[in-house]
Amino acid sequence: MENRLLDHQLDVLRDKILLLGGKTEAALHRAMQSLTQRDSELAKLVLEEDSVIDRMELEIDRLSVEILALQQPAAHDLRFVISVAKITPILERIADHAGSIADAALILNNEPQLKNYIDLPRMAEVAAEMLRTALDAFTSEDSQVSRELIKRDAEIDEAYHRVFNELLEIMIDNPQSTTSAAHLLFVAKHLERIGDYVKDICELNVYLREAAFIKHSQAE
Amino acid sequence: MTYRISELRQTMRSKISVSNLNFYYGKTQALQDISMEIPEREVVAFIGPSGCGKSTFLRTLNRMNDTIAGTRVEGKVTIDEQNIYASGTDVVSLRRKIGMVFQKSNPFPKSIFENVAYGIRINGIHKNKADLHERVEKALRDAALWDEVKDRLNASAFGLSGGQQQRLCIARALAVQPQVILMDEPASALDPIATQKIEELVVDLKKDYTIVIVTHNMQQASRVSDKTAFFMLGKLVEFNPTQKVFQNPDERLTEDYITGRFG
Repeated sequence: MENRLLDHQLDVLRDKILLLGGKTEAALHRAMQSLTQRDSELAKLVLEEDSVIDRMELEIDRLSVEILALQQPAAHDLRFVISVAKITPILERIADHAGSIADAALILNNEPQLKNYIDLPRMAEVAAEMLRTALDAFTSEDSQVSRELIKRDAEIDEAYHRVFNELLEIMIDNPQSTTSAAHLLFVAKHLERIGDYVKDICELNVYLREAAFIKHSQAE
Repeated sequence: MTYRISELRQTMRSKISVSNLNFYYGKTQALQDISMEIPEREVVAFIGPSGCGKSTFLRTLNRMNDTIAGTRVEGKVTIDEQNIYASGTDVVSLRRKIGMVFQKSNPFPKSIFENVAYGIRINGIHKNKADLHERVEKALRDAALWDEVKDRLNASAFGLSGGQQQRLCIARALAVQPQVILMDEPASALDPIATQKIEELVVDLKKDYTIVIVTHNMQQASRVSDKTAFFMLGKLVEFNPTQKVFQNPDERLTEDYITGRFG
């Protein structure tokens, strides 16, 4: 049998977080595109859309609290509401990082392009793919996929160190490029942080599915 | 640091041990092969839909079902390793050891003082009049009622509010120094404030007593109990630490029931 009131609210909550996830993915994708394709209009669009994401975050917050207060969910329902409530600000922060990348694009697009942006597009691809996989795994509550995905954060960290060293070399060889290189360093750092956030989402999916807390531990 | 909800609580010494208990009302089997260990000085909640056998099971723990004609028990219930269904068991002293509080408060038509003193007197527990007074006061204090009634101990118990009457019944049960208290929906007829007082009392009392509480109120079970047992159709479906039952139950049936998807 169903619990019509609660099930309806949980469905709404699920729809809302999936929508937020989609918006966040799009923001990251567009921000990187605005950088690699030197498209400042696209960068502006990312920044404009950020307020939409903020509003969605507030809506999900409100609905989560309402369900907790009025329906007193238990077991899987409870874990679902808690996971959604914790994943929402993570997505909002990922979108903020996308916004910061768009900010950087607006500046960099007015400067001569540095060496095809080295490994950054590849790093962004990995981050975007991880985010998509993490959200898919959350939707299907496949904690095994989440556990595997957590291990992939190392790929982003590795790429970050590579980009960092390359940019350092560029700055040393060509001091005039320092401003651009410094902005790109930040872009790399934003992508690296996004990898960490994706890991947090994966941990929450493991909690949702298995009721196990794996944060601050090695994923088994 | 990975831990699972089920691992958070350690097991304690068993106060009541039930093994392979079957219970029949005439030909109807109301309880099927129940086995359970109830730990000492913990609160255990019994939940389940109406007619699932939880109250019947509660009443097997102090042989209250003996008073119903045509009932039959198979299996074993031991309290401190004594089988309470062994022949020669003194049922009166058993019920003194295992007190009971019912859904509807049922004070005697006597004064507040006499309600509590009655059990002490008939069991001859007190040494003298002063000792009797001390014991009545202690029971009323333990039931969190003393401050509200100390100035009107000789007034009729019927003048108390529903919540106070229920706490008086708890005081009456405590006065004869039981070890276990069985509560059959003790707060279902009370308003939220009186309910909260009973719940706080239950949590306080587990310092000294083992408590088993039947409740239809899931939040009440989750608030007061250390362990929760879910019954359905006379069977024990799940018995686990309360925080596990309400966050990550082992059984699908339990999850359906506590999340309101029970059909």
